[in-house]
Amino acid sequence: MKIFIFNFKRCNILYAFGLILQAFVLQAQTDSSAFKRRPTDTTQLPLNMDAVYNRPFLQYKKIPVALGGYVEANTQYAVTNGVSDGFSFQMKRMTLFVSSSIHRKIKFLSEIEFEDGTKEINIEFAALDVQLHPLLNFRGGVIMNPIGAFNQNHDGPRWEFVDRPLSATQLLPATFSNVGFGFFGKTYQRNFVWAYEVYLTNGLNDRIIGNVSNRTFLPATKQDPDRFEESFNGVPLTTAKTSLRVKKIGELGLSYMGGVYNKFQDDGLALDKRRRADVLAIDFNTTLPGSGTTLITEFAWIFVDVPDTYTQQYGSRQHGGFIDIVQPIICRKMLGFENASFNAAVRAEYVDWNKGTFRETGGNIADDAFAIVPALSFRTSPQTVFRLNYRYQVQTDLLGNPASRTGAIQFGISSYF
Amino acid sequence: MICCTLLSLIACKKAFPPAIPEEEVLDGPIDGLTAQEKQQFLRGDVAFNDEVFTANKGLGPLFVANSCGSCHAGDGKGHPFTTLTRFGQTDSTGNQYLHAGAPQLQNRAIPGYVPETLPAGIGFSKILPPANTGLGLLDAVSDADIMAMADPFDANGDGISGVPNWVSMPAYTQPRPGAMPLGGKYIGRFGKKGAAYDLLQQTANAYNQDMGINTSFEPYDTYSHLEVDPEVSNATVHDVVFYLKTLKAPVQRNVTDEAVVAGRQIFQSIGCDKCHRPELKTGNASIAALANKIFYPYTDLLLHDMGSGLDDGYTEGHAQTSEWKTPALWGLGLSKQSQGGQYYLMHDGRAHSIRDAILLHGGESEQSNNNYQRLPQEDKDKLVKFLESL
Ligand code: HEC
Ligand code: HEC
Repeated sequence: MKIFIFNFKRCNILYAFGLILQAFVLQAQTDSSAFKRRPTDTTQLPLNMDAVYNRPFLQYKKIPVALGGYVEANTQYAVTNGVSDGFSFQMKRMTLFVSSSIHRKIKFLSEIEFEDGTKEINIEFAALDVQLHPLLNFRGGVIMNPIGAFNQNHDGPRWEFVDRPLSATQLLPATFSNVGFGFFGKTYQRNFVWAYEVYLTNGLNDRIIGNVSNRTFLPATKQDPDRFEESFNGVPLTTAKTSLRVKKIGELGLSYMGGVYNKFQDDGLALDKRRRADVLAIDFNTTLPGSGTTLITEFAWIFVDVPDTYTQQYGSRQHGGFIDIVQPIICRKMLGFENASFNAAVRAEYVDWNKGTFRETGGNIADDAFAIVPALSFRTSPQTVFRLNYRYQVQTDLLGNPASRTGAIQFGISSYF
Repeated sequence: MICCTLLSLIACKKAFPPAIPEEEVLDGPIDGLTAQEKQQFLRGDVAFNDEVFTANKGLGPLFVANSCGSCHAGDGKGHPFTTLTRFGQTDSTGNQYLHAGAPQLQNRAIPGYVPETLPAGIGFSKILPPANTGLGLLDAVSDADIMAMADPFDANGDGISGVPNWVSMPAYTQPRPGAMPLGGKYIGRFGKKGAAYDLLQQTANAYNQDMGINTSFEPYDTYSHLEVDPEVSNATVHDVVFYLKTLKAPVQRNVTDEAVVAGRQIFQSIGCDKCHRPELKTGNASIAALANKIFYPYTDLLLHDMGSGLDDGYTEGHAQTSEWKTPALWGLGLSKQSQGGQYYLMHDGRAHSIRDAILLHGGESEQSNNNYQRLPQEDKDKLVKFLESL
């Protein structure tokens, strides 16, 4: 018996996307001056959860549909312990989003991502939002699980770094979206805004501990081709987040995501006990008023009930996080761009894929990585960024043998369009 | 400031971590492979080091580890985490516990299955993974050369009586050219008891027994005991065998260091080299780069009675329970790099230093152990320096 089924037909949304795009192109051919850029909202106190709507969109006359997207491409030269595969050019991803207002209180937004060329096509977001009350909004469809802040606020052009943070892609499965529904709400007071989100979605599966990454790996759940059509085990994944932004101080987010990941029963037959995977994350960001320095940080803890009789290669605890510091150096008209800025930034990040000790020896299980990434970025406007990164990463295997060291120079561009 | 750091990093070569010198690592191919051979080496490298088995890919249901590389990290020695347990055989009449999952304990299982446990009161050996380097050279030593080192009745009266392990060969392996069988049994040369005839048998067994992955060579599942479809192709198995054969021999370091030179002398003078033979040679070999080479593994590929301390009450083939094959000592000094920074020596890793390993030598090697203990401290240190240079 399936307890919960969230079902989503992907082909329909792809088709709809095609139609909308076509309509836009046709309109553009007839009258391009009628297009208006809908700028991002900078008046309110924006939260990470607002990132999906708070993007530059292109709108045609009064048509209630707006279109947007971004691209990310880069080149990199990396050397690991003296060995390099030379230069490579990477088309990391292209994302298209379409938003439409069906009613003053009903909005639809969808986001489709083409990753690594067209190797992966994902629906990142395709949800209907219905406002019942500012503190009670319904959201249903393909939802971005609000675990950590990066997952909600991952658009390439917003970051000074070519690579996504390790903790967001190696521990948390950014970008992680699933079919389901839930509620969110917000309240604005004079000096702060407080928000919550709670969703039930499809979610985890046993690839978490059965994957070729050879470690406990939440992102492996995304390899299940059926995950938009049915739940793996009939138990919904719960994701909840609460955020508080206090004026002049910053935004603090606390999030939780958890559910059963294994197939504990099939066709009514019990196969195993229910095994859970639970995630806690904390995120914080702020911009210092005087210097304009931005600080963004996030840390996540993962707990997975791995059977004792399975291999310790797949750990039951993981943790990791990152801290980004971005310092604008020059903000003025440069090279003919009105709102240009030149920034220096640095990211420090750490992940431990397997916290714990070997049963056989009591010695530490390593399987961890540390990286430091100084960066320079040039923004022609907040929407477009050229970035130059240097990455130094030290990674240690399970047994704690001498680490492999990687140095990489990365240059990339990311822009909304 | 960050800006300057970045620029100076780019300008500076240190931005890119340098290669680790060849003699400091165990992996990499032998010299002299043709382009086609290098490609096969690379294919084997991927299958050995990168291929991770999951339940979907056939792992288990019972297993010990999920990839060759998990147990043989960097092609070096293993760790207690990846140690195998074997049980059920005490003499040459064979294993009496095949019905109970012997010879190898599959102590892990995919979710939903129960792994094996040891039958009560049974003798067993814990076996730590050895390094996989230079195996093609050891494979190409002629049977005649091995027999010439054997001295089953201690004819020379030195207290050392090495014997080959006479093993039954599985149907899928071919005898080497010039093989010298005895009563239908052949000289085994891989594994700590020398119970595997060649690298094909070792590999097919590893897939089957260590990971629960079936091949056309070893098609019986360790859980159901039924013949099942191959989960890895013959081509992949052959690539892995080729990879193992063509992994380079460890390169000695600090060869001219005074202490090392002196240590080498001491190694000989106290009789370590009677079993740990410094020099062997290969005969003809199908891979040209392996043929007619002189090399320095520090083994005689023979079994020796190591005394009661190392007798676990378990054996394989014709070996006695107290007998172990002399392990090659090449690469010894690099062991820690694949064992998580600490030595685990002897068959089960019970020795945590080279000194401890020597002190565990009993039986045929007791004399050399006594000789070692009588050495002045400074000579002991030189001996260890030499062993670490290997
Ligand atoms: C569970 C850990 C484990 C896995 C997985 C494993 N091995 Fe081993 N390997 C060992 C141990 C332990 C030994 C020693 C066995 C013995 O003495 O009989 C060994 C021995 C060997 C040897 C013999 C080396 C020598 O010097 O005699 C070879 C070759 C080898 N393994 C290859 C492989 C290959 C190929 C695979 C993958 C198909 C593999 N191993 C998978 C643990 C493992
Ligand atoms: C009679 C033959 C013999 C003699 C003599 C001998 N060894 Fe050994 N040695 C062995 C065998 C067999 C083993 C493996 C025992 C085991 O695995 O439990 C071994 C293991 C070792 C090891 C551990 C290797 C490893 O990979 O774990 C070292 C180090 C070593 N011997 C050094 C020496 C030194 C130094 C001497 C001289 C003092 C010496 N041996 C003399 C047979 C011998």
